Amino acid sequence: MLKIRNLASGYGKIKVLKNISMHVDAGEIVTIIGANGAGKTTLLSTIAGLVKATSGEASFKETNILKCKAATIPGLGCVMVPEGRQVFATMSVEENMLLGGHPVQKQGKAVINELLEHQYELFPILRDRKDQLAGTLSGGEQQMLAMGRALMSKPSLVMMDEPSTGLAPLIVKEIFQIIVRLRDEGNTVLLVEQNAKAALGIADRGYVLETGKIIVQGPAEDLLENKDVQRAYLGREK
Amino acid sequence: MFDVGRSSFIFLTKMTSELFVQYLLAGITYGSIYAIVAIGFNIIYNTTGIINFAQGEFVMFGGMIAITLLQFMPLPLAIILAVILTMIIGAGIEICFIRWLKAPSVLRLVIITIGISILSREVAVHVWGESIRSLPYFVGNEITSISILGARISPQVLWVVAASGLMFICLGIFFKTTSVGREMRACASNRKAATLCGINTENMVTLSFVLSAGMGALAGCMMSPITYSQYDMGTGLAIKGFTVAILGGLGSSGGAVAAGLLLGVIEAFSVSVVPLAFQDAIAIAILLIILFIRPQGLFGSKEASALKEF
Ligand SMILES: Nc1ncnc2c1ncn2[C@@H]1O[C@H](COP(=O)(O)OP(=O)(O)OP(=O)(O)O)[C@@H](O)[C@H]1O
Ligand SMILES: [Mg+2]
Repeated sequence: MLKIRNLASGYGKIKVLKNISMHVDAGEIVTIIGANGAGKTTLLSTIAGLVKATSGEASFKETNILKCKAATIPGLGCVMVPEGRQVFATMSVEENMLLGGHPVQKQGKAVINELLEHQYELFPILRDRKDQLAGTLSGGEQQMLAMGRALMSKPSLVMMDEPSTGLAPLIVKEIFQIIVRLRDEGNTVLLVEQNAKAALGIADRGYVLETGKIIVQGPAEDLLENKDVQRAYLGREK
Repeated sequence: MFDVGRSSFIFLTKMTSELFVQYLLAGITYGSIYAIVAIGFNIIYNTTGIINFAQGEFVMFGGMIAITLLQFMPLPLAIILAVILTMIIGAGIEICFIRWLKAPSVLRLVIITIGISILSREVAVHVWGESIRSLPYFVGNEITSISILGARISPQVLWVVAASGLMFICLGIFFKTTSVGREMRACASNRKAATLCGINTENMVTLSFVLSAGMGALAGCMMSPITYSQYDMGTGLAIKGFTVAILGGLGSSGGAVAAGLLLGVIEAFSVSVVPLAFQDAIAIAILLIILFIRPQGLFGSKEASALKEF
C-alpha cells in the first residue's frame, strides 16, 4: 500500500532522514519506534507532504506522493493524526469531526452522517461532548477527537504520531484497543510510538529508527526478542 | 480656548432631543463604516494572522471604480461590477504578494501590506487624479431627507447602515453554517491541522482577501455619496478600522460592530465639545489607550483568546 525507497528529507540545511526504505501492506499495523529526535515525526510528515523530501521515492497505492501537495494526500486515503493532537481548539467537537470529513464531502451528506455515526460509536465520549469547544477537552478526549477526525475521511492508511503521549495508562490501553479494532475492521495503521513495548505488542511488523536511519526491522515478535531493541527501547537487560 | 469652552457650554444647555438623535445617527453611520472596515481586517487576520494595512484601499477602489463605471451603466450594475472587480484585485494582491512567501515573519508581512497600500494609492492617483468624486445619492439628492424621532437625516444613511448590517449578518451565517466558512475558520484555528484534513489553506487565504475586498468595496460604494471618494481616503479609514478592530478584540466580528458604533458615536458627539479638527485625533488617542491598558480589546473574551493560535 505504502512503499518508500531511499527517502531522504529534512528542514532546509538540516538533514534528518537518510536513506529510509520501508513498506506497509494493506491490513497491517506497522510500528516505527525510536528515541526522541530520531526522525519519526519527520518521516510521517514527509509522507503526509508537510515536509519536502530531498530525494528518494514514495508511492501510495501507485501514486507518487512526493509530487503531491500536502492538502491532496488525505483525498488519496492517507491521513495523519499529528503529534500533540492539533485539534481545532476554537471549534466544537462536531465541527472538528466534519472538517475531518472534508476529503469525502463530495460523496454527499448521507455518507458524512454515516461516518460521523460510526466514529461516535467508536468514541462514545465524543458524542457526549459534541457541542463543547475542542480546546476544553481533556488530553485523552482530544486524542480521541484527533483520531476520530482523521477517520472521518474513510482512510485506507492511518498514520498516528505518538497517540499515547501524556495519557494515563488506562486511556493508553483504550487507545491501543481501538487501534487493534481499526485493523480488524480492515484499516491499515502506521503507528509511531515511544512506548515501544505497547506498540510492538499490537503491531504486526516494526521498524527501529535511530538518527534518521532504520537500524532494525522485522516482525513485531522478533523485535521484542531482539537484544539490542530490548536494551535500548524496552528497558530490559538480560 | 474660550471658543471651545463656550461651544461646550452651548452643547450642555441647548442639547435638544432632536439634536441628540441627529448626532447619534451620524455616529451610527460612521460607526457602521468603521465596523465593516474592521471586519475586513478581522477576516484576513483570522485566516492568516496578517494585519492587512491595505484594507482601506479596498474601500477606495470600490468607490472609485463604481464612479467610473457609472458613466457606462446604471448605478446598481456599476456597484456590483465595482465590488467584483475589487474582489479580483484582492485576489490578485494575495496571489502576487502573499501566496509565494514561505513562513514569513509578521514584520515582513506588515511591511508588505503597507507597501501594497502605498502602491494602490499611487495607481489610484495615476488613474483618477487627485480630484474628489462621489457617487450620486441612491435615492433623491443632497437635500432629500427623512425624519426620524424629530431628527432629519439623508436616506443614504439608511443605505449605509442597512448594507453594513446585512454584510455582518450574511458573514456570520457564512462562517457558521457553510462548509467553506467552517474550513476558513479551521485555517484560522490551526493551519497545519487544516492541511492534514485535506483543506487547501492557500486557497482559503486567497478567499479571505476576496471576501474582505468585496466587503470593503461595497462599503466604499455605500458611503461615497456622503463621505466622497478620493485616492487617499484609505489611510484614514484603515487607521479608524484598525482602532476598532483592536478595540473590539482582534478577530471578533461582534466586537468590531460594538466598537465601531462606539467610536462613531464618540466622534459624532465630540464635535459639539472639541473643534472638528480634533475629531481624527480621538481615534488615535483611543487606540493608544487601549494598547496600553487592555491589549486584548474591550470585548475580547478571555476564554476565546486563550484558545487562539495567534
Ligand atoms: N521544523 C523543524 N526545523 C528544523 N529542525 C527540525 C524541525 N522539526 C524537527 N527538527 C529536527 O529534526 C530531528 C528529528 O525530529 P523529529 O521531530 O522527527 O523527531 P521524533 O523522532 O519525532 O522525536 P520525538 O519522539 O521527540 O517526537 C530533530 O533533531 C529535530 O531537532
Ligand atoms: Mg515526534
